[in-house]
Amino acid sequence: MDENRSCELPCSRFDSWLKIGDFRLLFRTLAYIRAMAFHLPCTATMNRLSLTPAAIAQPTPGELALSGSWTARGIGAIQPQLNAVSSTSGSGKVVDGARIEALDTAGAWVLQKLLRRLGNEGTAVKIRDLRPEFAQLLEVAGRQATLQADSESTVAGAPSSPLEGVGRAAAATVEQVVALLGFVGESAVALAGCVARPARFRWRPILYNIRTAGFDALPIVGLLSFLLGIVVAYQGADQLRQYGANIFVADLVGLSMLREFAPLITAIIVAGRSGSAYAAQIGTMAVTEEIDAMRTLGIAPLDLLVLPKIIALMIALPLLTVFADVLGVFGGMIMARAQLGVGFGEFLERFVKAVSPTAYLIGICKAPVFAAIIAVVGCFQGFRTKGGADSVGRQTTRSVVQSIFLVIVCDALFSIAFSALDL
Amino acid sequence: MPRAEPPDQSVIEISKLSTRFGDHVVHAELDLEVHRAEIFALIGGSGSGKSTLLREMILLQRPDAGTIRVLGVDLQDLGDEETIALRQRWGVMFQHGGLFGSLTVRQNIGLPLREHTRLDDALIDEIAAWKLAMTGLEPEVGMQYPSELSGGMMKRASLARALALDPELLFLDEPTAGLDPESAGEVDQLVRKLRDQFGLTIVIITHDLDLLWQVADRAAVLAEGKVQGIGSMIELSRMDNPAIQKYFDGPRGRAAQEQARTEAQGDQSGGSPSSKPK
Repeated sequence: MDENRSCELPCSRFDSWLKIGDFRLLFRTLAYIRAMAFHLPCTATMNRLSLTPAAIAQPTPGELALSGSWTARGIGAIQPQLNAVSSTSGSGKVVDGARIEALDTAGAWVLQKLLRRLGNEGTAVKIRDLRPEFAQLLEVAGRQATLQADSESTVAGAPSSPLEGVGRAAAATVEQVVALLGFVGESAVALAGCVARPARFRWRPILYNIRTAGFDALPIVGLLSFLLGIVVAYQGADQLRQYGANIFVADLVGLSMLREFAPLITAIIVAGRSGSAYAAQIGTMAVTEEIDAMRTLGIAPLDLLVLPKIIALMIALPLLTVFADVLGVFGGMIMARAQLGVGFGEFLERFVKAVSPTAYLIGICKAPVFAAIIAVVGCFQGFRTKGGADSVGRQTTRSVVQSIFLVIVCDALFSIAFSALDL
Repeated sequence: MPRAEPPDQSVIEISKLSTRFGDHVVHAELDLEVHRAEIFALIGGSGSGKSTLLREMILLQRPDAGTIRVLGVDLQDLGDEETIALRQRWGVMFQHGGLFGSLTVRQNIGLPLREHTRLDDALIDEIAAWKLAMTGLEPEVGMQYPSELSGGMMKRASLARALALDPELLFLDEPTAGLDPESAGEVDQLVRKLRDQFGLTIVIITHDLDLLWQVADRAAVLAEGKVQGIGSMIELSRMDNPAIQKYFDGPRGRAAQEQARTEAQGDQSGGSPSSKPK
């Protein structure tokens, strides 16, 4: 800071002289000095194109001869050499700067560091024949270095240990869990408010979200659950054939698809498709201050952005799950006929006996819970976006990872609960 | 490659430049010249093609016709290596900073050095800290991310990055837009200091009348695809082209003019180019 001040001073003083009035002569002198100063960086930069790398030589033990371009691009090669230079002779040292062709801030910085180090090693360093403009820059660099050295000792904090990292990560996680709970609470309150006054429901965004998150996802959900049905039947076929229990492929495919796979695969696809979109949309709105604008206009962002998404997804996901059930079982049927010789008729006959409506309903009733998790986590991470584009990306990733994680944890809890209830 | 120009030669020469977007003519045979070590302002209303002109000067956009020479290099037929070499000789400060959100301020400033030189990391950090101090920011700011900075700090940090490679030519896009008067005043001083200390040629796009009157050596008014007038602010204020007079009429224009005049009292030549060393 002080260094800036001191450089500023001559010009501002010069301005105030102008204000006062008739210092024409002085003005001309100053203008001349300025004109001189202008030529320096020009000559310095001109040589950049045909760059002579900076070089350092030691003709006698007491002398260092510098030459070439001491610029950001010229000094790259001599750094190791610089570090090797030391005050072998305990007496004094003369640095010859006559053949330095160009000096920029990077070069000045390196040079002042060298001089300072030699000085600290107890050598009396004298620099000679340096062009006056370079000397000026070097002096500025030296003053700045003193400042930086002073401030560094105060700024530098304790180095972070791995333990500290663990602690910080844990604290951040706890903070996030608390914030998520807070967000769930706020959404619940908003939902209760809407239920109390149904006019507050915004049907248009709800319908729009059902279309984008539900209807538009039909092809991908259908394709993947069809493939999953094929895979399950195919993997089971070998085992079943060994025992001659071919017909039980209907039990295998029916129960696994309806109870577990269809809800899970649907939830995972929707988390990747819609949960990420929610986070990115709300995150971008937060960055561009649209959320704040909404608040100032008296529109609750939760009502407009979050509730429609939660409600829409809670409607769309069970429907998608039914669709996934159908296509998954269909995939299993095709594989059963191809691999095990179980015809469609036989398969369906066995399917009706083996799979109770309870199994189907268990699968379906998980879907709204998964939907709530995906929508809430997506929106929550969106609202936590701060800063810029980078943060939007980070929060979006987080929303997908966390919602898939929570969906699977929740599925495990369901399994425990259902087995305790003998369902 | 071009070689050592005499010091008073033009840094930027634009001749017969034409740019069109579809049917919309942005520049119609525009001519412009910027001298070494001067602070040159480009002014004009919205849509007058200032920003397009800037983008053409810094190789972000190609004109439809005409030639642009920057630092003695013709921008028309540049090879890849020449382009990179030329880009290292100028610095650009964008209107909204253009700082990379994923890097700290210090990393942002050090990035050009890391990319284009073989200096080691510790040295780059020290140089970055110096550049930061040059633009008047506290050392702690270096550790922060751009999203944590105020508007004024962001502009300064962006300026520090533009200065990383010690450019000969500096482009500033709206350096004072969106700043409070105090920060804007500090930017005025900073720009002047950079020119005086390092002999930089500075091209500014601005609407800020104070900046124009206090800092600019010369200004060019752009309108209808052409330069309507060029000269020091005092010279411009005496021209009676309506496109130029818009800048001097109106209460804000008069106030800035008045202030500049009282400050320069006693020496009329203070702001005119004739007094400027060449």
